[in-house]
Order: sequence, then C-alpha cells, then structure tokens
Amino acid sequence: MAIYTREEARQLMEKALAFSKADNCVINLSGSESGNIRYARNTVSTSGHRSNQSMVVESSFGKKSGTATIDEFDDASLEKVVRRSEELAQLSPENPEFMEPLGPQQYDESKSYVEATANISPEDRAKVAGTSIEAAAAKDVTAAGFLNDSEGFSALMNSKGLFAYSQNTNIDFTVTMRSNDGTGSGWVSRDFNDVNKFDAAEASKVAIDKAVMSRNARAIEPGKYTVILEPAAADGLLSGLGRAVSARTADEGRSFMSKGDGTKLGEKVVDERVTIYSDPLDPRVPTATWNSEGTPLKKTMWIEDGVVKNLAYSRFWADKKGAELVPFPSNFIMEGGNATRDELIKSTKRGILVTRLWYIRSVDPQTLLYTGLTRDGTFYIEDGEIKYPVKNFRFNESPIIMLNNLEELGEQVRIDGSLIPYMKIRDFTFTSLSDAV
Amino acid sequence: MQRREFVQLAGLGAGALILPMSMMGNEIPVEALLDPGMDVAMKKKLADVALNTAKSLGASYADARIGRYLNQYVFTREDKVQNTVNTESFGIGIRVIADGTWGFASTNEVNEEGIKKATQQAVAIARANSSIQKEPVVLAPVKSHGEVSWKTPIKKDFKEVPVSEKVDLLLSANAAAMDNGANFVNSALFMVNEQKYFASTEGSYIDQDVHRIWPTFGVTAIDREAGKFKSRDALSAPMGMGYEYMDGLASEKVEGPNGLILYRNSYDMIEDAKNAALQAKEKLTAKSVDPGKYDLALEPNHLGLTIHESVGHPLELDRVLGYEANYAGTSFATLDKWKSGDFKYGSDIVNLVADKTQPHSLGAVGYDDEGVKTKKWDLVRNGVLTNYQAIRDQVHIIDQNESHGCCYSESWNDVQFQRMPNVSLEPGKEKYSIHDMVKDIEKGIYIAGRGSYSIDQQRYNFQFGGTLFYEIKDGEIAGMLDDVAYQSNTQEFWNSCTKICDKDDYRMFGSFFDGKGQPPQVSAVSHGCSTARFDDVNVINTGRTV
Repeated sequence: MAIYTREEARQLMEKALAFSKADNCVINLSGSESGNIRYARNTVSTSGHRSNQSMVVESSFGKKSGTATIDEFDDASLEKVVRRSEELAQLSPENPEFMEPLGPQQYDESKSYVEATANISPEDRAKVAGTSIEAAAAKDVTAAGFLNDSEGFSALMNSKGLFAYSQNTNIDFTVTMRSNDGTGSGWVSRDFNDVNKFDAAEASKVAIDKAVMSRNARAIEPGKYTVILEPAAADGLLSGLGRAVSARTADEGRSFMSKGDGTKLGEKVVDERVTIYSDPLDPRVPTATWNSEGTPLKKTMWIEDGVVKNLAYSRFWADKKGAELVPFPSNFIMEGGNATRDELIKSTKRGILVTRLWYIRSVDPQTLLYTGLTRDGTFYIEDGEIKYPVKNFRFNESPIIMLNNLEELGEQVRIDGSLIPYMKIRDFTFTSLSDAV
Repeated sequence: MQRREFVQLAGLGAGALILPMSMMGNEIPVEALLDPGMDVAMKKKLADVALNTAKSLGASYADARIGRYLNQYVFTREDKVQNTVNTESFGIGIRVIADGTWGFASTNEVNEEGIKKATQQAVAIARANSSIQKEPVVLAPVKSHGEVSWKTPIKKDFKEVPVSEKVDLLLSANAAAMDNGANFVNSALFMVNEQKYFASTEGSYIDQDVHRIWPTFGVTAIDREAGKFKSRDALSAPMGMGYEYMDGLASEKVEGPNGLILYRNSYDMIEDAKNAALQAKEKLTAKSVDPGKYDLALEPNHLGLTIHESVGHPLELDRVLGYEANYAGTSFATLDKWKSGDFKYGSDIVNLVADKTQPHSLGAVGYDDEGVKTKKWDLVRNGVLTNYQAIRDQVHIIDQNESHGCCYSESWNDVQFQRMPNVSLEPGKEKYSIHDMVKDIEKGIYIAGRGSYSIDQQRYNFQFGGTLFYEIKDGEIAGMLDDVAYQSNTQEFWNSCTKICDKDDYRMFGSFFDGKGQPPQVSAVSHGCSTARFDDVNVINTGRTV
C-alpha cells in the first residue's frame, strides 16, 4: 500500500531523520495509487494501474547539498538513503542559491481528498468507458476517451522541526466524439477531486451533441472576430499568463512583466473587470496548503481589477531582493459573471463560439503572443443564435490583448484544476483556415 | 502542459526545468552508473517466469521487458552549477494477450514473486477488458531471433567521463556567451542509457544497450531601454551517440550563409555559445519582416521539425485509424488516399523514408520493443504516398504481413505502442549547395534552427517560427530578420518543394520529447535532410504591441 496516514508518515520520517549527521536534512515522502482506462473506435484500447512511493532525502553541509531517493522503507534502507545524500552533499560544489530549511509552520487543513475517489475500482472505470461508448454508438458517433483517477499523499519533514502532510484525490476525464461520416467532432473535459461530482453520461452527451452539430462545417474568412470562448478554450491561453508571474524573470528583464529597469507590478495590464487569484482552500478547486519548500499557501491576488497585484518569489529570490515571500500559485481562479453560455450567445450580433484551443505554442514571450487552432466544435453565431458550424481557424493572439478586448464575463467552470469563466472577447485574431475536423 | 503540472513545478522556483516523469528515476551516486546491473542469464531466467506464468494462465502471447534506465543531467546558468543529477529506474513490464485482448502490468519487484504477481494482473486486466473488446488482436508473424544483442555504436561512454569535465565544458560555453555580450545563459547536458532486455513467447531474447546525448543552451540578450529581450538557442541536435558528440570536430562543421556555423555529427558548444551571444544581440535590432509570399530556404535543424509534424505524425497508422483521436488527433492521410496509389504528398523530388537503423539517430535500435528486427522503408517516393508506420497488431489493417519494427515504450512501467521512427527527407541527387540555393532565390528567407511550432490535429495547417532568419534579395543575403513565422498546408507545402541540396549538406534534427498516448509517453526521434527550397510560402509578422 503506497498511501500512508499522517501518523505513519510522521513516524517513518522521524526514523529516517534520526540517522542524519548533516547540518540540515529535509525529507519528502510521497505515494500514489492511480488507475486508468483508454478507449477508441468505440472499444477499449488500454488500461492500467500504477503504484508509486518514494522518499527523497536532501542533506546539506553549509551551502553544499546532496539528494538521494529510495522506495523501500526498512531501517537499513532509511539509513542508506540518508548516508548516500550526505556523501553526495560532501562531493557537491557550493550552491550559491542554497536556502536553509524553514522552521515549523502553521498550515490550513487541505480539502483535496475525497474517500469515494480513492475507492474507484477497475469495474467502475470499465463502466464509464461503456456508458460513453454506448451513448456514442446510438448516435452514429465514435468515441475515443481517457479516464484517470488517483489517490496520493505527500509529506515534508526537516531537521528544523517542520512537518507537513496532505492527501489528495483526483479524477480526470476527456472524450472526443467523432461523427462516423468524418465531418463532425466534439470534445469534453471534466476533472474533480470528488468522483461523485462526475457524470459520465452527461459529459459524453455534451461531446456527442457537439460532434453531431459540427458536421459539414462551412469555411468563412479568417480575420478579427468577436468570440465566445468556453472555459476550456480560455484556459489554454490563460496558462501563458500564469507562467508570466515569476518575479525573478521579470526582474531579470526577460518577461512580459518586465518594464525598463523594473516590473509591471502595480500597473493595469488588462480590462478592469479582470480579477485572477489563487486559493488552495476554494472548495471547488482545492489543493495542498503548502509547497515543496514548506511555505504555507494562502489565497493570493495576482491581478485585481486589471492591475498586477503580486509576482511570485522563490525563497531565494525573495531573500536576495529583500521582498516578501510570495509562493507560486497552486491553482488559478478567474472571477466571472452571471451570464450562462446561452445568454452570452443571445447577446451576440455576430461572432464565433469556440469549444477549445489546441497545439498552443508561444510565438513571442515578450508580448505573450501564442498560436494554435480551434478544435472539436467551432460555430458561427448571428443575431443571438448559433447558425452553423465553421471550419477551424488558426489564431495568433496574446492573453493580454484578449483580456483588454473583453466584452463580457460569464459563469465559472472548473477546468484542469482551475476556475475559468466563459468570456466574450472582441477582435480575436484568426490568421488562417484549417481543413482539420 | 497541464497547468496542474506547471504549478507544481513552478513551486520549485523560477526557471525549474520541466521534465517528463520517464526522464527521472531514483537518484543514485555517479559511480553507480557504472554498475553493470543484472546479468543477462538472470534476466532470461526472470523473463521466462513471466512468459511461463502467462502461458499457464491461458495467455496466447506474452512479452516481458526488463529495463534499467540510467540518466545523467547537468544544469548550469552563467557561472553557476545549478544541479547535477544521476538517476536509475529498474523494473519489468509484462504484456499479454488473453481472450484476444491486450493486458499490461509492471513492477519494480524484479524477482520471481513480483513477476508472477504482475503477470497475473496483466492477464486479469486483459480478461476484464475482453468484454468490451470488439475485434480480437491479430499479430503479424515475427521471426524468432533466439538470444541476440545490440548496442549503439558509441566511442565514449558518458558514464565514464567525469562530471567535472562536463561541468567545465558547460561553464566555458556560458563564459563564451557572457564574454560576447549575453545577459543570461542557461545550459544543460542530458545523457541517457537504456539497458533493455526483451523476451517473448515467440522465442526471442534480446539484450540492447542504447545511448543518447543532448547538449543545449539558451542565450538571452536584453535592451532594457527599448524594453526588448531576444534569445538564441543552441544549434546542436540531440543524437544517438556517446560523449564523442562533444568533440567539436572541424570536419563535421558546415558553413551556412552569412558565415553561420552549423554542425553535423560533432558539436562545438563553446563556439556556438559565442555565436549565439552575438546573434542574440543582432536580433535586438534586426528588421521586422514584411509579411507576404517568400521562397524559403529551410536549414536541416529547422526543417527537421517541419518533417516531424507534417510527415512523421500524419503517417502514424494508429492516428490514421482513430486510436489517438482523443489526444494527439487523427490524420488527413486517410487509407483511401494511400490506396489510390497516386496521392501526391509532395513534388516529384520529395522522397521521405522511415528508418530505425540510421547511424547516430535517436531512433536507431537493433530490435523494437516487441522483438521485431528494425529496418528502413519508404513513406513517400517521388512525391507519392506509399506507406505508413505500423507495428505487429496493425499491419494486417493495411494488408501487409510484416511489422515495420517501430514499437516503443518510454520505460518498463509503460505499455509499448506504435511510435514514430526516424523520418527523413532524402538529399538531392545533383551537386547543389546552400550557397547555390541562395544565389538562385530572388525574394526569400533563409531559416535556421527550431522555433515556435504548431499544427492542427489532422496535420493540414501549420505555423513554424525558427531560431535565425536572414533575408535573401536577388541571390544574396541582405541581413537578419525578426518576427518571422510561416503558415502553410502540408500537401501544398511539400508540393512547393523545388530544390533540395545534396548529401554534403545532410544533417539531423532531433527531439527527446515526442509525446503521444494517454497516459502520455515521450520518445526520442531524429529527422535528417539537406537544406530544401519551398516556393511562395505565406510569411506572417508576429510582432505585437502590448
């Protein structure tokens, strides 16, 4: 069994720590159990189960540190891993960025573990695949999907008296539905900590409906369009913004957040209706309440009313800059509005509804320009109604330009561990057409 | 990348390198890399435990892969060593067919008891899934090879080269960049040794020792006043070679336009880092491209990625059939196009070959991960689509009875499946250099090195950037350009190929991280070619003001 309780973890780590002769010793203990099923062409293709456990020991003498890992936890193995990390530390060059471990910290109780998710069986997984495949076959559609569920724990202890422990569960599901005539494709993604929130039939129906609706798409000219981005589509571009919050790259002058000799901290960079924060305790997207350095994670505002409120500092960079420590976000929550997807469509004179964006790659890190394509359900809207499916587009767009061209925000949806609203954006840049279905 | 992964990694601090799990393993002391590991006789004995257990449980086929994966990485920035890492991962993966259905399980308990248990799991999974299996698995016949072995033909084993020598080389390259005006430089060396033992109920016992190396860096130049930063990455390629790739032999250098120095099968990292700093600074004031149609001269370290995305992926049979529909996507190169026998993938001079045997390539092995001897075959001949990439359980679908030998798993604990072999463009037959090509172009752009890349899920529409861009005017290089990306459609693009340089210009591009499958697995693959010319390609300007 790769999952240890808080007390089991504590005892094991204390035992390992007792072997330490280094100036400092930090121990990470983690384990996970995960299962998956994959299907395609309306039949199961692969399925598997994974069990992992490991203890990582980092010993340090002054600014010299060494790391060793082990996956067996008898007394001899524990002593061996500690000695090995000490030997490696003695042989290592000094790391000028080494930071002494943190002392004891207070952490909030994490809400990211749900027992029901930990109890998923191979039969449950086969049932999800079956539900999805049957629904597809009934509509002359072919399903290709993937379900992965996991249960894990993570614990941190060091020679300064710090101890942290958290458990989590996750279920991730995606399915692509393609019409059997090859002209339509739909997709859906669902992820939760709690499997009880997951409905395979409901999710599969969303993708099947899109596959059927998107058949025989028409080509319309690329150019600048008003778009309604579903949360999965917006998520792809907003990740680029998430990666730009590093204070160090901003200070070094090589980030969108750099400005002259300083940074854009305190500047308005997007529309004033945009507010983005992270919060490990949000019950809709809970995460661990501490990070790998042992720093407590709290609700942190990144962009408030369009203004950059915080940049993220590692302990080293905060120390060097004499800045307050701001750990990197563990999730991403963008505030939304009340409008439903249908209401956003109803208030649109002329526009494009986008299900998702695909193969997104950075084109220019200076302006956060990204390229990629629409996929699995792109529709033309006129006079408040979806009129017909359109061929996919390639876009070249920056999340900064996009969030400055904001028309309206809709309801939030959990996607990939984050909360992202539907959003209506004007002048979104599509640069060419794609024949891909 | 999923944001959840990003958040986790970002927590390690800014600049944390992102590696797939398969590139990691348990950290070990450097001397342990030289430990020979389990001997072949013991591996055979343990593999037989898996095969016999599977047969006794009624499996119609079984294979066992005992894998020991050794990695060494060195990371530096400017004058600092950030990290040196040595890892090992050891275990066994067992794949069976029971009730006509695949089942797979793996364990790091490489002993009789652990292997029996994993084999039972694999058979149980196959049986559980057989209820929703539509058609039983059909395997193409394979020759029994008996007990054989294969090794990457290396000259210097990275495991025998002291870490200090590697650190010194990276720090010297960093110093060369900083001395020539770089503001920042990150450099890294990735070295991989896969020790793989394969056995199957078809009677093969195959021991392989595979080596790969990848030196790389990123140099950044900053103009704070103008609020601009530009980077220039290494023009190296990851290779299926030993540490001898780092020798920097003069005989393996190729001179490109404008004095650009390019590398074949030996890399001079210090020289490239110096040039990178000078070119990164030049980029800060380079002319922003006028969008429009240009004739493009695409250098091998650039064109390799275009080949990868627009030829390698669409001709993977599992994509064509829909097995990857939910992740990587499907393909425009459908079976009807192939069956027609006259689908013009490219112009008459375009010949694209798949090859799992090419020396120095990342994909070169003696046998694939289901015991098939590797080979070379045509994908596109004289511009016409002729074949796909397929493995034992797929070739019957395209009416063939021999696997192409391109089955691969990234580790012992992942199931093997069809992966891209090296896919390369054959060089032109007539004597023709890059300098001849530049002279023949009136309005064009020469593009070297990889940049931004994106292609749709059926591989029609793509957009590529690059590392360095030079304007060509009336047969001469007119200076450096910036903000360049080209957009095209696969078939249109390959049919616009009008010239290919000869074999003297042939070099390989490569990637350690070709991703496919769910859960995703990475695979290393090379793509060779000579500089090729493509006429009237649409170039866009990617500059923006925010």
